[in-house]
Amino acid sequence: MRVARGELWAGRSLLLALMAFMILPFISIFITALHPSGTVPSGLEWPADPQWGNFVEAFKVAEMPTLLLSSTFIVLAVVPVSLVISTMAGFAIGLLRIPGSSVLLSLFVFGLTLPFPGIIIPIYFLERAMGIYNTRLAIVLPLVALYMPFAVFWMRAHFVNMPTEISEAARVDGATTWQLFWRIHVPLARAPIASLGILMSIWTWNQFLLALVLVEDPTQRTMAGALGAYQGHYATNIPLLCAGTLLILLPTLVIFVLFQRQIIMALLQGSVKG
Amino acid sequence: MTSDDRHVAPSHSRWIFLHRRIHRETIIGWLFVLPALVMYALFVLQPLVLTVRYSFYKWNGVSPMTWVGLKNYVTIFQVPDLIGTIFNAFWLVMWFSFIPVGLGLVVASVIHRVATGRLGAIARTVLFLPQVIALVAAGIIWGWLLSLPGLVNQILKAVGLGAITHAWLGDFDWALPAVGLIGIWVLLGFCTVLLSTGMTKVDPSLYESARIDGAGWLSEFVAITVPLLRYEIGVCLTVTVIAALAAFDIVYVSTGGGPGNSTSVPGIQIYILAFSQRAIGLASALAVMLMILVIVVILPIQWLNRENKI
Repeated sequence: MRVARGELWAGRSLLLALMAFMILPFISIFITALHPSGTVPSGLEWPADPQWGNFVEAFKVAEMPTLLLSSTFIVLAVVPVSLVISTMAGFAIGLLRIPGSSVLLSLFVFGLTLPFPGIIIPIYFLERAMGIYNTRLAIVLPLVALYMPFAVFWMRAHFVNMPTEISEAARVDGATTWQLFWRIHVPLARAPIASLGILMSIWTWNQFLLALVLVEDPTQRTMAGALGAYQGHYATNIPLLCAGTLLILLPTLVIFVLFQRQIIMALLQGSVKG
Repeated sequence: MTSDDRHVAPSHSRWIFLHRRIHRETIIGWLFVLPALVMYALFVLQPLVLTVRYSFYKWNGVSPMTWVGLKNYVTIFQVPDLIGTIFNAFWLVMWFSFIPVGLGLVVASVIHRVATGRLGAIARTVLFLPQVIALVAAGIIWGWLLSLPGLVNQILKAVGLGAITHAWLGDFDWALPAVGLIGIWVLLGFCTVLLSTGMTKVDPSLYESARIDGAGWLSEFVAITVPLLRYEIGVCLTVTVIAALAAFDIVYVSTGGGPGNSTSVPGIQIYILAFSQRAIGLASALAVMLMILVIVVILPIQWLNRENKI
Protein backbone atom coordinates (compact mmCIF):
# COMPACT_ATOMS: atom_id res chain seq x y z
CA MET A 1 0.00 0.00 0.00
CA ARG A 2 1.45 3.32 -1.05
CA VAL A 3 -0.18 5.31 1.71
CA ALA A 4 1.88 7.32 4.18
CA ARG A 5 1.93 6.12 7.78
CA GLY A 6 0.64 9.41 9.11
CA GLU A 7 -2.30 9.34 6.75
CA LEU A 8 -3.04 5.75 7.73
CA TRP A 9 -3.36 6.69 11.38
CA ALA A 10 -5.23 9.93 10.71
CA GLY A 11 -7.73 8.08 8.53
CA ARG A 12 -8.27 5.25 10.97
CA SER A 13 -8.69 7.66 13.87
CA LEU A 14 -11.34 9.53 11.92
CA LEU A 15 -13.23 6.29 11.29
CA LEU A 16 -13.01 5.23 14.93
CA ALA A 17 -14.19 8.65 16.08
CA LEU A 18 -17.19 8.52 13.76
CA MET A 19 -18.04 4.99 14.86
CA ALA A 20 -17.99 6.22 18.46
CA PHE A 21 -20.31 9.08 17.42
CA MET A 22 -22.76 6.50 16.03
CA ILE A 23 -22.57 4.00 18.90
CA LEU A 24 -22.26 6.24 21.99
CA PRO A 25 -25.90 7.39 21.90
CA PHE A 26 -27.07 3.78 22.18
CA ILE A 27 -24.65 3.05 25.04
CA SER A 28 -25.70 6.23 26.81
CA ILE A 29 -29.43 5.43 26.80
CA PHE A 30 -28.70 1.83 27.78
CA ILE A 31 -26.77 2.95 30.86
CA THR A 32 -29.34 5.62 31.64
CA ALA A 33 -32.07 2.99 31.50
CA LEU A 34 -30.37 1.12 34.36
CA HIS A 35 -30.56 4.03 36.78
CA PRO A 36 -33.31 4.17 39.43
CA SER A 37 -36.64 5.17 37.94
CA GLY A 38 -37.39 8.88 38.33
CA THR A 39 -33.82 10.03 38.88
CA VAL A 40 -31.85 12.23 36.49
CA PRO A 41 -28.58 10.39 35.92
CA SER A 42 -25.59 11.97 34.27
CA GLY A 43 -23.83 10.87 31.13
CA LEU A 44 -22.01 7.58 31.04
CA GLU A 45 -21.91 6.82 34.74
CA TRP A 46 -22.50 3.12 35.48
CA PRO A 47 -25.17 2.97 38.22
CA ALA A 48 -24.18 1.62 41.64
CA ASP A 49 -27.16 -0.68 41.60
CA PRO A 50 -28.28 -1.46 38.03
CA GLN A 51 -32.08 -1.50 37.84
CA TRP A 52 -32.75 -4.26 35.33
CA GLY A 53 -36.34 -4.14 36.51
CA ASN A 54 -36.78 -0.90 34.53
CA PHE A 55 -36.99 -2.96 31.39
CA VAL A 56 -39.69 -5.13 32.92
CA GLU A 57 -41.63 -2.09 34.03
CA ALA A 58 -41.26 -0.36 30.65
CA PHE A 59 -42.38 -3.59 29.00
CA LYS A 60 -45.55 -3.45 31.10
CA VAL A 61 -46.40 0.26 30.95
CA ALA A 62 -45.64 0.50 27.24
CA GLU A 63 -47.96 -2.49 26.69
CA MET A 64 -45.27 -4.06 24.53
CA PRO A 65 -47.16 -7.25 23.56
CA THR A 66 -50.10 -5.18 22.31
CA LEU A 67 -47.79 -2.81 20.45
CA LEU A 68 -45.85 -5.63 18.83
CA LEU A 69 -49.09 -7.24 17.70
CA SER A 70 -50.48 -3.96 16.38
CA SER A 71 -47.33 -3.10 14.47
CA THR A 72 -46.99 -6.62 13.11
CA PHE A 73 -50.61 -6.56 12.00
CA ILE A 74 -50.08 -3.28 10.14
CA VAL A 75 -46.92 -4.57 8.45
CA LEU A 76 -48.68 -7.81 7.46
CA ALA A 77 -51.57 -5.85 6.01
CA VAL A 78 -49.49 -3.26 4.16
CA VAL A 79 -46.51 -5.14 2.77
CA PRO A 80 -48.07 -8.16 0.96
CA VAL A 81 -50.80 -6.04 -0.62
CA SER A 82 -48.29 -3.42 -1.74
CA LEU A 83 -45.99 -6.10 -3.14
CA VAL A 84 -48.72 -7.79 -5.17
CA ILE A 85 -50.28 -4.71 -6.70
CA SER A 86 -47.00 -2.92 -7.39
CA THR A 87 -45.49 -6.03 -8.99
CA MET A 88 -48.55 -6.35 -11.22
CA ALA A 89 -48.35 -2.68 -12.21
CA GLY A 90 -44.59 -2.85 -12.77
CA PHE A 91 -45.12 -5.93 -14.95
CA ALA A 92 -47.73 -4.22 -17.11
CA ILE A 93 -45.72 -1.00 -17.47
CA GLY A 94 -42.23 -2.48 -17.82
CA LEU A 95 -42.85 -5.77 -19.64
CA LEU A 96 -46.22 -5.71 -21.37
CA ARG A 97 -45.60 -2.04 -22.28
CA ILE A 98 -49.31 -1.39 -22.51
CA PRO A 99 -50.40 1.75 -24.38
CA GLY A 100 -49.99 4.69 -22.01
CA SER A 101 -47.06 3.09 -20.14
CA SER A 102 -44.88 6.17 -20.23
CA VAL A 103 -47.68 8.42 -18.99
CA LEU A 104 -48.44 5.98 -16.17
CA LEU A 105 -44.78 5.80 -15.23
CA SER A 106 -44.45 9.59 -15.10
CA LEU A 107 -47.59 9.77 -12.98
CA PHE A 108 -46.15 7.35 -10.43
CA VAL A 109 -42.65 8.89 -10.49
CA PHE A 110 -44.17 12.30 -9.82
CA GLY A 111 -45.38 10.87 -6.50
CA LEU A 112 -41.77 10.29 -5.41
CA THR A 113 -41.33 14.00 -4.81
CA LEU A 114 -44.44 14.43 -2.65
CA PRO A 115 -43.62 15.05 1.03
CA PHE A 116 -46.04 13.25 3.41
CA PRO A 117 -46.94 16.42 5.36
CA GLY A 118 -48.18 17.92 2.08
CA ILE A 119 -51.15 15.58 1.69
CA ILE A 120 -51.90 14.52 5.26
CA ILE A 121 -54.71 17.05 5.85
CA PRO A 122 -57.17 15.76 3.21
CA ILE A 123 -56.33 12.16 4.16
CA TYR A 124 -57.53 12.98 7.67
CA PHE A 125 -60.86 14.39 6.44
CA LEU A 126 -61.34 11.61 3.87
CA GLU A 127 -60.88 8.96 6.53
CA ARG A 128 -63.29 10.67 8.91
CA ALA A 129 -65.86 10.64 6.11
CA MET A 130 -65.13 6.98 5.35
CA GLY A 131 -65.47 6.06 9.01
CA ILE A 132 -62.05 4.43 9.29
CA TYR A 133 -60.40 7.18 11.34
CA ASN A 134 -58.79 5.82 14.53
CA THR A 135 -58.59 2.25 13.22
CA ARG A 136 -55.53 0.42 11.91
CA LEU A 137 -57.05 0.63 8.45
CA ALA A 138 -56.52 4.39 8.66
CA ILE A 139 -52.76 3.75 8.53
CA VAL A 140 -52.84 0.76 6.20
CA LEU A 141 -54.74 2.21 3.23
CA PRO A 142 -52.81 5.49 2.79
CA LEU A 143 -49.52 3.71 3.42
CA VAL A 144 -50.15 1.21 0.60
CA ALA A 145 -50.97 4.15 -1.67
CA LEU A 146 -47.96 6.20 -0.57
CA TYR A 147 -45.62 3.30 -1.36
CA MET A 148 -46.95 2.92 -4.90
CA PRO A 149 -44.67 5.51 -6.59
CA PHE A 150 -41.54 3.90 -5.23
CA ALA A 151 -42.72 0.29 -5.46
CA VAL A 152 -44.05 0.52 -9.01
CA PHE A 153 -40.92 2.32 -10.11
CA TRP A 154 -38.76 -0.33 -8.45
CA MET A 155 -40.58 -3.31 -9.97
CA ARG A 156 -40.80 -1.67 -13.40
CA ALA A 157 -37.01 -1.21 -13.31
CA HIS A 158 -36.72 -4.98 -12.91
CA PHE A 159 -39.24 -5.96 -15.58
CA VAL A 160 -38.00 -3.51 -18.18
CA ASN A 161 -34.64 -5.30 -18.18
CA MET A 162 -36.07 -8.81 -18.64
CA PRO A 163 -35.21 -10.30 -22.04
CA THR A 164 -38.32 -10.50 -24.25
CA GLU A 165 -37.40 -14.04 -25.39
CA ILE A 166 -38.72 -15.48 -22.13
CA SER A 167 -42.17 -14.00 -22.66
CA GLU A 168 -42.25 -14.92 -26.34
CA ALA A 169 -41.39 -18.54 -25.60
CA ALA A 170 -44.16 -18.71 -23.03
CA ARG A 171 -46.62 -17.13 -25.46
CA VAL A 172 -45.78 -19.70 -28.13
CA ASP A 173 -46.58 -22.38 -25.55
CA GLY A 174 -49.98 -20.74 -25.18
CA ALA A 175 -49.60 -19.11 -21.77
CA THR A 176 -52.19 -16.50 -20.82
CA THR A 177 -51.05 -13.13 -19.52
CA TRP A 178 -51.82 -14.16 -15.97
CA GLN A 179 -49.84 -17.43 -16.33
CA LEU A 180 -46.98 -15.50 -17.88
CA PHE A 181 -47.01 -13.21 -14.87
CA TRP A 182 -47.59 -15.65 -12.03
CA ARG A 183 -45.81 -18.79 -13.27
CA ILE A 184 -42.83 -17.26 -15.05
CA HIS A 185 -42.09 -13.68 -14.13
CA VAL A 186 -42.92 -13.56 -10.43
CA PRO A 187 -40.53 -16.45 -9.62
CA LEU A 188 -37.84 -14.69 -11.66
CA ALA A 189 -38.44 -11.44 -9.74
CA ARG A 190 -37.99 -12.99 -6.30
CA ALA A 191 -34.86 -10.96 -5.43
CA PRO A 192 -36.22 -7.46 -6.14
CA ILE A 193 -39.54 -8.40 -4.52
CA ALA A 194 -37.72 -9.54 -1.37
CA SER A 195 -35.66 -6.33 -1.17
CA LEU A 196 -38.75 -4.22 -1.67
CA GLY A 197 -40.53 -6.20 1.05
CA ILE A 198 -37.71 -5.59 3.54
CA LEU A 199 -37.69 -1.87 2.75
CA MET A 200 -41.44 -1.43 3.10
CA SER A 201 -41.50 -3.42 6.35
CA ILE A 202 -38.90 -1.13 7.93
CA TRP A 203 -40.63 2.01 6.65
CA THR A 204 -44.00 0.80 7.94
CA TRP A 205 -42.63 -0.15 11.35
CA ASN A 206 -41.03 3.31 11.60
CA GLN A 207 -43.95 5.31 10.21
CA PHE A 208 -44.83 8.13 12.57
CA LEU A 209 -46.78 10.99 10.98
CA LEU A 210 -49.70 8.87 9.71
CA ALA A 211 -49.99 7.13 13.07
CA LEU A 212 -49.89 10.44 14.94
CA VAL A 213 -52.56 12.14 12.85
CA LEU A 214 -54.88 9.29 11.97
CA VAL A 215 -54.94 7.09 15.07
CA GLU A 216 -55.47 8.51 18.56
CA ASP A 217 -55.19 5.20 20.40
CA PRO A 218 -51.46 4.32 20.74
CA THR A 219 -52.20 0.59 20.97
CA GLN A 220 -53.59 0.70 17.42
CA ARG A 221 -50.51 2.40 16.02
CA THR A 222 -47.18 1.46 14.47
CA MET A 223 -44.17 1.01 16.73
CA ALA A 224 -42.84 4.50 16.01
CA GLY A 225 -46.27 6.05 16.58
CA ALA A 226 -46.58 4.29 19.93
CA LEU A 227 -43.11 5.47 20.87
CA GLY A 228 -44.21 9.04 20.27
CA ALA A 229 -47.11 8.58 22.67
CA TYR A 230 -44.87 6.83 25.20
CA GLN A 231 -42.52 9.80 25.13
CA GLY A 232 -45.45 12.09 25.88
CA HIS A 233 -46.23 10.16 29.07
CA TYR A 234 -42.72 9.54 30.36
CA ALA A 235 -40.87 12.67 29.25
CA THR A 236 -39.92 13.40 32.84
CA ASN A 237 -38.93 9.88 33.90
CA ILE A 238 -35.70 9.61 31.95
CA PRO A 239 -34.58 6.06 32.92
CA LEU A 240 -37.99 4.62 32.09
CA LEU A 241 -38.14 6.61 28.82
CA CYS A 242 -34.75 5.20 27.82
CA ALA A 243 -35.74 1.66 28.78
CA GLY A 244 -38.95 1.90 26.75
CA THR A 245 -37.17 3.42 23.76
CA LEU A 246 -34.62 0.59 23.78
CA LEU A 247 -37.34 -2.06 23.97
CA ILE A 248 -39.22 -0.48 21.08
CA LEU A 249 -35.96 -0.25 19.07
CA LEU A 250 -34.94 -3.81 19.81
CA PRO A 251 -36.88 -5.57 17.01
CA THR A 252 -35.47 -3.22 14.35
CA LEU A 253 -31.93 -3.61 15.70
CA VAL A 254 -32.20 -7.40 15.71
CA ILE A 255 -33.55 -7.42 12.15
CA PHE A 256 -30.73 -5.11 11.06
CA VAL A 257 -28.04 -7.29 12.62
CA LEU A 258 -29.52 -10.41 11.02
CA PHE A 259 -30.12 -8.99 7.54
CA GLN A 260 -27.65 -6.10 7.44
CA ARG A 261 -26.26 -6.94 4.01
CA GLN A 262 -29.68 -7.24 2.35
CA ILE A 263 -31.00 -4.13 4.10
CA ILE A 264 -28.04 -1.96 3.14
CA MET A 265 -28.13 -3.24 -0.44
CA ALA A 266 -31.87 -2.67 -0.72
CA LEU A 267 -31.73 0.86 0.69
CA LEU A 268 -28.88 1.81 -1.63
CA GLN A 269 -30.45 0.33 -4.75
CA GLY A 270 -33.70 1.97 -3.80
CA SER A 271 -32.17 5.41 -3.73
CA VAL A 272 -30.14 4.97 -6.89
CA LYS A 273 -33.16 3.75 -8.83
CA GLY A 274 -35.30 6.48 -7.34
CA MET B 1 -47.62 -14.37 -33.65
CA THR B 2 -46.92 -17.21 -36.07
CA SER B 3 -44.36 -16.89 -38.81
CA ASP B 4 -46.78 -16.73 -41.77
CA ASP B 5 -48.28 -13.53 -40.42
CA ARG B 6 -45.29 -11.76 -41.76
CA HIS B 7 -45.43 -13.30 -45.25
CA VAL B 8 -49.10 -13.57 -46.07
CA ALA B 9 -51.23 -10.47 -46.24
CA PRO B 10 -53.89 -10.97 -43.59
CA SER B 11 -57.41 -11.36 -44.86
CA HIS B 12 -60.12 -9.06 -43.65
CA SER B 13 -61.40 -11.41 -40.95
CA ARG B 14 -57.86 -12.00 -39.78
CA TRP B 15 -57.33 -8.27 -39.30
CA ILE B 16 -60.35 -8.13 -37.07
CA PHE B 17 -59.07 -11.11 -35.13
CA LEU B 18 -55.66 -9.50 -34.62
CA HIS B 19 -57.19 -6.20 -33.75
CA ARG B 20 -59.42 -7.81 -31.15
CA ARG B 21 -56.53 -9.71 -29.69
CA ILE B 22 -54.41 -6.58 -29.29
CA HIS B 23 -57.38 -4.79 -27.86
CA ARG B 24 -57.94 -7.62 -25.39
CA GLU B 25 -54.31 -7.55 -24.31
CA THR B 26 -54.45 -3.83 -23.72
CA ILE B 27 -57.44 -4.30 -21.46
CA ILE B 28 -55.77 -7.14 -19.57
CA GLY B 29 -52.62 -5.03 -19.20
CA TRP B 30 -54.58 -2.14 -17.79
CA LEU B 31 -56.31 -4.50 -15.37
CA PHE B 32 -52.85 -5.34 -14.01
CA VAL B 33 -52.17 -1.65 -13.34
CA LEU B 34 -55.61 -0.88 -12.01
CA PRO B 35 -55.29 -1.87 -8.31
CA ALA B 36 -52.10 0.16 -7.85
CA LEU B 37 -53.53 3.04 -9.82
CA VAL B 38 -56.80 3.11 -7.87
CA MET B 39 -55.02 3.12 -4.49
CA TYR B 40 -52.64 5.82 -5.69
CA ALA B 41 -55.48 7.92 -7.08
CA LEU B 42 -57.64 7.58 -3.96
CA PHE B 43 -55.06 8.21 -1.25
CA VAL B 44 -52.38 10.29 -2.97
CA LEU B 45 -53.69 12.11 -6.05
CA GLN B 46 -57.09 12.92 -4.58
CA PRO B 47 -55.59 14.38 -1.36
CA LEU B 48 -53.13 16.32 -3.50
CA VAL B 49 -55.97 17.97 -5.44
CA LEU B 50 -57.92 18.55 -2.22
CA THR B 51 -54.91 20.21 -0.55
CA VAL B 52 -54.74 22.67 -3.44
CA ARG B 53 -58.49 23.24 -3.19
CA TYR B 54 -58.48 23.77 0.59
CA SER B 55 -55.68 26.30 0.21
CA PHE B 56 -58.10 28.77 -1.43
CA TYR B 57 -60.61 28.62 1.41
CA LYS B 58 -60.96 29.68 5.01
CA TRP B 59 -62.10 26.62 6.91
CA ASN B 60 -61.99 25.25 10.45
CA GLY B 61 -62.81 21.71 9.39
CA VAL B 62 -66.39 21.82 10.67
CA SER B 63 -68.40 24.85 9.51
CA PRO B 64 -68.89 25.65 5.79
CA MET B 65 -65.86 26.73 3.79
CA THR B 66 -65.45 30.36 2.66
CA TRP B 67 -63.64 31.19 -0.57
CA VAL B 68 -60.74 33.58 0.10
CA GLY B 69 -58.75 33.32 -3.13
CA LEU B 70 -55.02 33.76 -2.62
CA LYS B 71 -55.36 35.32 0.81
CA ASN B 72 -53.85 32.31 2.63
CA TYR B 73 -50.72 32.54 0.49
CA VAL B 74 -50.45 36.27 1.12
CA THR B 75 -50.77 35.62 4.86
CA ILE B 76 -47.92 33.11 4.77
CA PHE B 77 -45.62 35.69 3.19
CA GLN B 78 -46.71 38.36 5.67
CA VAL B 79 -46.47 36.44 8.94
CA PRO B 80 -42.80 36.00 9.95
CA ASP B 81 -43.53 32.79 11.89
CA LEU B 82 -44.98 31.17 8.78
CA ILE B 83 -42.54 32.27 6.10
CA GLY B 84 -39.81 31.66 8.71
CA THR B 85 -40.50 27.92 8.51
CA ILE B 86 -39.37 27.99 4.88
CA PHE B 87 -36.11 29.71 5.86
CA ASN B 88 -35.60 27.19 8.65
CA ALA B 89 -36.12 24.40 6.13
CA PHE B 90 -33.34 25.81 3.98
CA TRP B 91 -31.14 26.05 7.04
CA LEU B 92 -31.80 22.40 7.74
CA VAL B 93 -30.70 21.53 4.18
CA MET B 94 -27.27 22.77 5.22
CA TRP B 95 -27.18 20.28 8.14
CA PHE B 96 -29.14 17.36 6.73
CA SER B 97 -27.70 17.52 3.24
CA PHE B 98 -24.49 19.47 2.64
CA ILE B 99 -22.63 18.26 5.72
CA PRO B 100 -23.55 14.55 5.42
CA VAL B 101 -22.76 14.54 1.69
CA GLY B 102 -19.49 16.48 2.12
CA LEU B 103 -18.36 14.50 5.15
CA GLY B 104 -19.62 11.29 3.55
CA LEU B 105 -17.35 11.92 0.56
CA VAL B 106 -14.37 12.42 2.84
CA VAL B 107 -15.14 9.32 4.90
CA ALA B 108 -15.78 7.17 1.83
CA SER B 109 -12.46 8.19 0.32
CA VAL B 110 -10.71 7.55 3.65
CA ILE B 111 -12.22 4.05 3.73
CA HIS B 112 -11.11 3.55 0.15
CA ARG B 113 -7.52 4.58 0.91
CA VAL B 114 -6.72 3.29 4.36
CA ALA B 115 -9.42 0.81 5.37
CA THR B 116 -10.26 -1.47 2.49
CA GLY B 117 -10.38 -4.52 4.76
CA ARG B 118 -12.26 -5.46 7.88
CA LEU B 119 -12.22 -2.00 9.50
CA GLY B 120 -13.86 -0.47 6.43
CA ALA B 121 -16.60 -3.08 6.38
CA ILE B 122 -17.32 -2.64 10.09
CA ALA B 123 -17.26 1.14 9.76
CA ARG B 124 -19.78 1.04 6.93
CA THR B 125 -22.18 -1.14 8.93
CA VAL B 126 -21.85 0.90 12.12
CA LEU B 127 -22.30 4.20 10.30
CA PHE B 128 -25.37 2.81 8.58
CA LEU B 129 -27.06 1.71 11.81
CA PRO B 130 -28.99 4.95 12.55
CA GLN B 131 -30.58 4.72 9.10
CA VAL B 132 -32.79 1.76 10.07
CA ILE B 133 -34.11 2.98 13.42
CA ALA B 134 -37.25 5.09 13.60
CA LEU B 135 -36.57 8.83 13.32
CA VAL B 136 -38.75 9.24 16.41
CA ALA B 137 -36.31 7.09 18.36
CA ALA B 138 -33.40 9.15 17.05
CA GLY B 139 -35.21 12.27 18.25
CA ILE B 140 -35.85 10.84 21.73
CA ILE B 141 -32.29 9.54 22.15
CA TRP B 142 -30.74 12.84 21.12
CA GLY B 143 -33.28 14.81 23.10
CA TRP B 144 -31.74 13.21 26.16
CA LEU B 145 -28.11 13.40 24.98
CA LEU B 146 -28.41 17.13 24.23
CA SER B 147 -30.20 18.02 27.46
CA LEU B 148 -28.44 19.81 30.32
CA PRO B 149 -27.33 16.64 32.19
CA GLY B 150 -26.89 14.70 28.91
CA LEU B 151 -23.84 13.09 27.41
CA VAL B 152 -22.87 15.98 25.12
CA ASN B 153 -22.44 18.37 28.02
CA GLN B 154 -20.69 15.67 30.06
CA ILE B 155 -18.10 15.26 27.33
CA LEU B 156 -17.68 19.03 26.98
CA LYS B 157 -17.04 19.29 30.73
CA ALA B 158 -14.61 16.39 30.62
CA VAL B 159 -12.48 18.12 27.99
CA GLY B 160 -12.54 21.41 29.87
CA LEU B 161 -15.25 23.17 27.89
CA GLY B 162 -17.69 23.29 30.79
CA ALA B 163 -18.24 27.00 30.15
CA ILE B 164 -20.11 26.41 26.89
CA THR B 165 -22.57 23.78 28.10
CA HIS B 166 -26.19 24.48 27.14
CA ALA B 167 -29.58 22.90 27.12
CA TRP B 168 -28.88 22.73 23.39
CA LEU B 169 -32.40 22.02 22.17
CA GLY B 170 -33.90 24.69 24.41
CA ASP B 171 -31.62 27.50 23.28
CA PHE B 172 -32.89 29.97 20.66
CA ASP B 173 -29.55 30.14 18.84
CA TRP B 174 -28.47 26.54 19.22
CA ALA B 175 -31.68 24.54 18.77
CA LEU B 176 -31.58 24.44 14.97
CA PRO B 177 -27.93 23.35 14.72
CA ALA B 178 -28.67 20.79 17.46
CA VAL B 179 -31.54 19.37 15.39
CA GLY B 180 -29.12 19.46 12.46
CA LEU B 181 -26.68 17.33 14.41
CA ILE B 182 -29.37 14.66 14.79
CA GLY B 183 -29.84 14.79 11.02
CA ILE B 184 -26.12 14.30 10.47
CA TRP B 185 -26.17 11.30 12.79
CA VAL B 186 -29.02 9.72 10.83
CA LEU B 187 -27.90 10.53 7.29
CA LEU B 188 -24.09 10.39 7.35
CA GLY B 189 -23.92 6.60 7.11
CA PHE B 190 -26.35 6.44 4.24
CA CYS B 191 -24.30 8.94 2.22
CA THR B 192 -21.00 7.30 3.16
CA VAL B 193 -22.08 3.80 2.15
CA LEU B 194 -23.69 4.96 -1.09
CA LEU B 195 -20.62 6.98 -2.10
CA SER B 196 -18.29 4.24 -0.96
CA THR B 197 -20.13 1.71 -3.14
CA GLY B 198 -19.89 4.14 -6.05
CA MET B 199 -16.16 4.44 -5.46
CA THR B 200 -15.59 0.71 -5.85
CA LYS B 201 -16.98 1.00 -9.38
CA VAL B 202 -14.35 3.56 -10.36
CA ASP B 203 -11.58 1.98 -12.45
CA PRO B 204 -8.83 1.17 -9.90
CA SER B 205 -6.12 1.91 -12.45
CA LEU B 206 -7.06 5.59 -12.21
CA TYR B 207 -6.18 5.60 -8.53
CA GLU B 208 -3.12 3.42 -9.18
CA SER B 209 -1.67 5.81 -11.73
CA ALA B 210 -2.50 8.80 -9.56
CA ARG B 211 -0.62 7.22 -6.67
CA ILE B 212 2.35 6.32 -8.86
CA ASP B 213 2.46 9.99 -9.81
CA GLY B 214 2.63 10.68 -6.09
CA ALA B 215 -0.83 12.19 -5.70
CA GLY B 216 -1.76 12.82 -2.08
CA TRP B 217 -5.18 12.29 -0.52
CA LEU B 218 -6.40 15.78 -1.42
CA SER B 219 -5.41 15.83 -5.07
CA GLU B 220 -6.79 12.32 -5.54
CA PHE B 221 -10.03 13.46 -3.88
CA VAL B 222 -10.45 16.57 -5.99
CA ALA B 223 -9.23 15.16 -9.31
CA ILE B 224 -10.75 11.68 -9.30
CA THR B 225 -13.23 10.96 -6.53
CA VAL B 226 -15.53 13.98 -6.72
CA PRO B 227 -15.84 14.23 -10.53
CA LEU B 228 -16.38 10.50 -11.05
CA LEU B 229 -18.97 10.24 -8.29
CA ARG B 230 -21.17 13.03 -9.63
CA TYR B 231 -24.08 10.64 -10.13
CA GLU B 232 -23.91 9.21 -6.60
CA ILE B 233 -23.47 12.71 -5.17
CA GLY B 234 -26.63 13.74 -7.01
CA VAL B 235 -28.56 10.82 -5.54
CA CYS B 236 -27.33 11.63 -2.01
CA LEU B 237 -28.29 15.29 -2.46
CA THR B 238 -31.77 14.36 -3.70
CA VAL B 239 -32.52 12.01 -0.82
CA THR B 240 -31.10 14.27 1.90
CA VAL B 241 -32.63 17.50 0.56
CA ILE B 242 -36.08 15.89 0.59
CA ALA B 243 -35.37 14.62 4.12
CA ALA B 244 -34.52 18.19 5.20
CA LEU B 245 -37.36 20.05 3.52
CA ALA B 246 -39.99 17.49 4.55
CA ALA B 247 -38.55 16.96 8.05
CA PHE B 248 -41.15 16.16 10.67
CA ASP B 249 -40.45 13.24 13.02
CA ILE B 250 -37.09 14.38 14.43
CA VAL B 251 -38.21 17.96 14.96
CA TYR B 252 -41.59 17.02 16.43
CA VAL B 253 -40.03 14.75 19.04
CA SER B 254 -36.90 16.71 19.93
CA THR B 255 -38.13 20.33 20.01
CA GLY B 256 -41.71 20.47 18.71
CA GLY B 257 -40.62 23.50 16.67
CA GLY B 258 -39.48 25.51 19.66
CA PRO B 259 -38.15 27.32 21.50
CA GLY B 260 -40.37 30.03 20.04
CA ASN B 261 -40.37 29.15 16.36
CA SER B 262 -36.63 28.69 16.10
CA THR B 263 -36.82 25.11 14.80
CA SER B 264 -40.27 25.27 13.24
CA VAL B 265 -40.21 23.74 9.74
CA PRO B 266 -43.10 23.53 7.24
CA GLY B 267 -44.05 19.96 8.25
CA ILE B 268 -44.41 20.95 11.91
CA GLN B 269 -46.25 24.17 11.13
CA ILE B 270 -48.69 22.36 8.82
CA TYR B 271 -49.44 19.89 11.61
CA ILE B 272 -49.94 22.62 14.23
CA LEU B 273 -52.05 24.85 11.96
CA ALA B 274 -54.27 22.00 10.78
CA PHE B 275 -54.67 19.84 13.86
CA SER B 276 -54.37 22.18 16.83
CA GLN B 277 -55.36 25.60 15.47
CA ARG B 278 -57.87 24.23 12.96
CA ALA B 279 -56.74 26.69 10.27
CA ILE B 280 -57.16 24.16 7.48
CA GLY B 281 -56.92 26.65 4.61
CA LEU B 282 -53.74 28.26 5.86
CA ALA B 283 -52.17 24.88 6.63
CA SER B 284 -53.05 23.67 3.13
CA ALA B 285 -51.51 26.75 1.52
CA LEU B 286 -48.29 26.05 3.41
CA ALA B 287 -48.50 22.40 2.31
CA VAL B 288 -48.81 23.47 -1.34
CA MET B 289 -45.81 25.76 -0.94
CA LEU B 290 -43.81 22.92 0.61
CA MET B 291 -44.61 20.59 -2.30
CA ILE B 292 -43.68 23.23 -4.87
CA LEU B 293 -40.51 23.99 -2.95
CA VAL B 294 -39.41 20.34 -3.02
CA ILE B 295 -39.99 20.08 -6.77
CA VAL B 296 -38.21 23.39 -7.47
CA VAL B 297 -35.16 22.31 -5.46
CA ILE B 298 -35.06 18.70 -6.71
CA LEU B 299 -35.56 19.32 -10.44
CA PRO B 300 -32.17 20.99 -11.10
CA ILE B 301 -30.37 18.20 -9.21
CA GLN B 302 -32.18 15.54 -11.26
CA TRP B 303 -31.39 17.42 -14.42
CA LEU B 304 -27.69 17.57 -13.68
CA ASN B 305 -27.78 13.88 -12.84
CA ARG B 306 -29.41 12.89 -16.08
CA GLU B 307 -26.77 14.73 -18.07
CA ASN B 308 -24.05 13.02 -16.09
CA LYS B 309 -25.40 9.61 -16.82
CA ILE B 310 -25.28 9.98 -20.61
